[in-house]
Amino acid sequence: MIDVSKEEALQLLRVMYAIRAFELRMQAIFRKRTEAGQSVGALHSCEGQEAVAAGVGACLRRDDYQFSTHRGHGHAIAKGLDLKRMAAEMLGKATGCSRGRGGSMHLFDLEIGLMGGNGIVGGGLPLALGTAFSARYRGTDQVTVCYFGEGAASQGAAHESINAAAVHQLPIVYVCENNLYAATTHVRQNCPVENIADRAAAYGIPGRVIDGNDVLAVRRAVAEAVARARQGGGPTLLECKTYRHRPHCMVIPEHRPAEERNAWKGRDPIRRFEEQLCGENAAARDELERLAADVERELAEAIDFAERSPDPDPQTVCQWVWAD
Amino acid sequence: MTRLKMVRAICEAFDEELERDPSVCLFGEDVGEFGGVFSTSARLQKRYGARRVFDTPLSEAAIIGMAVGAAMTGLRPIAEIMYLDFITVAVDPLVNQAAKLRSMSGGQAKLPLVIFTQCGAGTSEAAQHSQCLEAWFAHVPGLKVVMPATVADAKGLLKASIRDDNPVLYIWHKLLYDLKEEVPEGELLVPLGKAAVRRAGSDLTLVATSLMVHRAAAAADALTEEIDVELIDLRSIVPWDVETVLGSVRKTGRLLVVHEANTQFGVGAEIVRRVTEEAFSSLRCAPVVHGGAAAPIPFAHVLESAAVPQQETIMAAARRMLSGGQSTRVSALLDKPAVAPNPQLIGTKFDGLR
Repeated sequence: MIDVSKEEALQLLRVMYAIRAFELRMQAIFRKRTEAGQSVGALHSCEGQEAVAAGVGACLRRDDYQFSTHRGHGHAIAKGLDLKRMAAEMLGKATGCSRGRGGSMHLFDLEIGLMGGNGIVGGGLPLALGTAFSARYRGTDQVTVCYFGEGAASQGAAHESINAAAVHQLPIVYVCENNLYAATTHVRQNCPVENIADRAAAYGIPGRVIDGNDVLAVRRAVAEAVARARQGGGPTLLECKTYRHRPHCMVIPEHRPAEERNAWKGRDPIRRFEEQLCGENAAARDELERLAADVERELAEAIDFAERSPDPDPQTVCQWVWAD
Repeated sequence: MTRLKMVRAICEAFDEELERDPSVCLFGEDVGEFGGVFSTSARLQKRYGARRVFDTPLSEAAIIGMAVGAAMTGLRPIAEIMYLDFITVAVDPLVNQAAKLRSMSGGQAKLPLVIFTQCGAGTSEAAQHSQCLEAWFAHVPGLKVVMPATVADAKGLLKASIRDDNPVLYIWHKLLYDLKEEVPEGELLVPLGKAAVRRAGSDLTLVATSLMVHRAAAAADALTEEIDVELIDLRSIVPWDVETVLGSVRKTGRLLVVHEANTQFGVGAEIVRRVTEEAFSSLRCAPVVHGGAAAPIPFAHVLESAAVPQQETIMAAARRMLSGGQSTRVSALLDKPAVAPNPQLIGTKFDGLR
């Protein structure tokens, strides 16, 4: 059932389109650059997981905080990062959001509460305590969203952080994206219980398992958790079951069974939402096509901006290490 | 001037900064209700409330992570790590996050936070409660490290660290707990990166840190008739006061660095590197680093004493340098535990937790 307005629905779809298009373009660019012998770093694609980022992003205010992961392009787009500065950062340009210091895993825009991705699995969880604590300290109702993967759930920092958040009743929504694999290790080798969200009981906080490929289901669950956090009800642990269309990163070959991949592609979050919108006559096909074309045009401008941007000046290598 | 114990001076620094700036907050294990296991936050929760001074779960990574996230939003958090040794379970939020966030965000993030902790051997608490790990963190671009030796500096450096816009690791020494000294009245700020010349001299530049400043001072006094020692208290490890040390070495021609942390790959090695590169022609003999033994700090007091520099070993190191002998290496001094505990050594009295 579509429980959002048409405008909201199209905005959710627009964000998912933007993430998908961004990921596909970046893969093409990185492949080309790799073939040309250029150093491009790792690229962790979130293609296939768009519904999580879009559903979460739709529930957040500009001044809410968000901590992301190594697979964070979608999170950044959904929080509202400017595509030009994002694309430029991906290419290591001086005009990038992190001035070429961060790259794919470190997309920041503090103005919109985008507190960065993280190259350390689980590294964002302890930091999320701080923004949430700060919001309460300053008497605001800002909420912190902390993404992590099912692999990070095995990190000590995850336990320490969720435990501390529960003890202090901090306004945090933990969003675990369970895409079944930590690099190449299946979740069965990482976690002895069926759901990461079941662990919420151990901290005395609400936990919920969500179909992470259903953008409206994600949006509903996150909206509820965000409202609870905003009203002082403390943290929630949400687990979104999803799947990435690509291997862990571009330098690791595909290892997952073909049947599994095909089954999940049949549950593609974008196709599902398109079919739902058209099936329930909430939108027409040609409207969606126009939306996709809009997104492509905007992305093309962003990539063009990035490619035309200058490299950082090597003389500035030690700049922004210290605050003066 | 008032005479204060170091713990009291630290507590005053917290009190004054909490009073002065509403964005300052203080938290850690046993920090709130109990007032800190070393009493460094005694009565502060009563005064400022549990909103600003509070207890956390026993989770060092969560404690430091909370400080990092809070600092990113403009607060000035102080996170206490009870023993410097315990920081090893929370290196990620400090080294991978706090130190790098400003750079990784292209200058967007500011990290005005203090990690407040204590270090050092001398209380028979053995290998996991006695380390001096300052060199680990001094090696990481983006972290400042300070180690006060005097009561006035304990206060002034702490206040300056809280006001600094960068992550600062503030390390006091547990044997200085009871040290009582004069502290100037009123606002006391000791700038980071400025060493203090504790004693002027012409024969030998002796650079020391933390507790070792006191042992080096005792050694210099005992050597008065033989060697005219210039004693520099480094105070701040990152940034360190290169100019003051270079100026002194250009005058004396000799450099001896004394720190409690083991000698290998340590702070002394970096000081010697810099002096050798920049004042080689002034050196009259090879510079020497006299640090602790390359061993985990042992439990038994005689072993523990033998593992770190003592007044006698510092004196021996200085004498060798002035004797023009073949070797100025002092590691031989640490091969055999020749030093009995000396009751005159400063700060060996320790009352334990309260």
